Amino acid sequence: MNRFQYASPVTKQSAVELLGSGAVVLAGGTDLLSLMKADVATPDLVVNIKEIAELKGLEHSEGSGMRIGALVTIDELLQDSRVQEEYPSLIQAADGIRSAQIRSVGTVAGDLCQRPRCWYYRHGYGLLAMQNGASMVVDGDNRYHAILGNAGPAYFVNPSSFAPALIALGASLKVSGPNGEKEIPVADFFQTPQSEAEKEYKLSDSEIVTQILVPAAAGKANATYEVREREALDWPLAAAAVSLTMQGDQVESAKVVLGHVAPVPWNSDEAAAALKGKAVSASVADDAGKAAVQQAKALSRNKFKIQLARVAVKRAILRAAGMEV
Amino acid sequence: MPEGKRPEETGSGISRRDFFKTSTAGAVSTALISKQGIAAPGEVTKLGPDPVKVKLIVNGKARRLKVEPRVTLLDALRNELDVTGPKKVCDRGTCGSCTVLMDGKPVYACSILAIEAAGNQIVTAEGLGSPDKLHPIQKAFVENDAQQCGFCTPGFIVACQSFLVENPNPSVKEIEEGLGGNLCRCGTYKGIREAVLETAAKGGFDA
Repeated sequence: MNRFQYASPVTKQSAVELLGSGAVVLAGGTDLLSLMKADVATPDLVVNIKEIAELKGLEHSEGSGMRIGALVTIDELLQDSRVQEEYPSLIQAADGIRSAQIRSVGTVAGDLCQRPRCWYYRHGYGLLAMQNGASMVVDGDNRYHAILGNAGPAYFVNPSSFAPALIALGASLKVSGPNGEKEIPVADFFQTPQSEAEKEYKLSDSEIVTQILVPAAAGKANATYEVREREALDWPLAAAAVSLTMQGDQVESAKVVLGHVAPVPWNSDEAAAALKGKAVSASVADDAGKAAVQQAKALSRNKFKIQLARVAVKRAILRAAGMEV
Repeated sequence: MPEGKRPEETGSGISRRDFFKTSTAGAVSTALISKQGIAAPGEVTKLGPDPVKVKLIVNGKARRLKVEPRVTLLDALRNELDVTGPKKVCDRGTCGSCTVLMDGKPVYACSILAIEAAGNQIVTAEGLGSPDKLHPIQKAFVENDAQQCGFCTPGFIVACQSFLVENPNPSVKEIEEGLGGNLCRCGTYKGIREAVLETAAKGGFDA
């Protein structure tokens, strides 16, 4: 780890003033410290935001939904009884983070801002893993890489556990920066970088996520399903989150978002269309899963992920509808 | 060890001068003073990159040391304070062998900076019991053969303790999921499961 300076502001404004080129935000730190130890992140200044009181707390308000402060930990989210009732998709996503140690300090906002798990990236080859003008991923060990949105130049997968569920629920982020505060839908927060100069999400070096705003989920059935290699701490191989607005026993409208299959959380209008106007059954859910991966293209070693993504979508839909998966 | 000195144990706090640049900071409530680098709104002290004074509270004792901001809690415990229960294995927040309690919650000491942990209550396996008076979960580990090489054991002990506080009467599935943040390369999971079940069956322990 390189040497750095450390600061611990108590207001959002001081944090933003400290940030900028060469500075990084430290909250839970579970991802940042790993990146710093690998010399993938080499900041001059680490800005600890954990003492900023206004970034704490999770609140529900009638009608307008939930506000998750940037410092709310995964554990705090899991313990919240109203989240358990209204947002099972968030609880199921949190449940996949199988480490009490990470849940204690890791934050929901930090989950969105964690960097990809791509092993080329983590070993210092950059987000795009280019060598001599060609991607090392395409002919390399790409077994955990993208099956959708993988026309290049990026092949990593978005690592967030919560992003698919938050996008399916229509959540947005509040971001503070030198020009004040702005709100951005979680769906628009992520991007596929086109060059090494770009990041996989739209947050400049001088901005911080301050809040996550989740609309009320009343009347919306929602669920997440992750397919994983093992029970213990690991990132899923494929995941899907769904949010269903029902009319009687028919799906009036649906949002289906896949995780860990593309450089961004992958919104599938095809899967949503396959559900519209139908009563949920195993075969309808399977059709939606099939539709979700229709455009999928395997790299040399990750064909298995297409089937896993299809199953994740199917099971997330069944789980949301309260049916056996 | 910086300056070749062993940090002395002390119960006293650190002077506010270590934290605040200006005299107006004296008006800041004492609640803020335990954390490093915190000032009143608008007054932010940058610390480091050279070693800075940090006070850690480890197993109930205040310990003063001087470390660079980049030093992790794990390295500070092991290399500066000779608290070697927490082990350095993966050093990437994955294996759990460095698990300690911070304000009662399990954390990976390798993934927290020592400076961040200043003022928090840190408890390691050494703080749970002693060879003469083992903590019930430590005793159950011995009796159920829950270790082989023993390298993961102090982290597992701490993780099991905190798991049992939250889940006094766990199922096997809950044990497997709840301890998913710790790995044992010898594969002594069977003994660990039995140690946790036995401790729970005996009525657990006082948190």
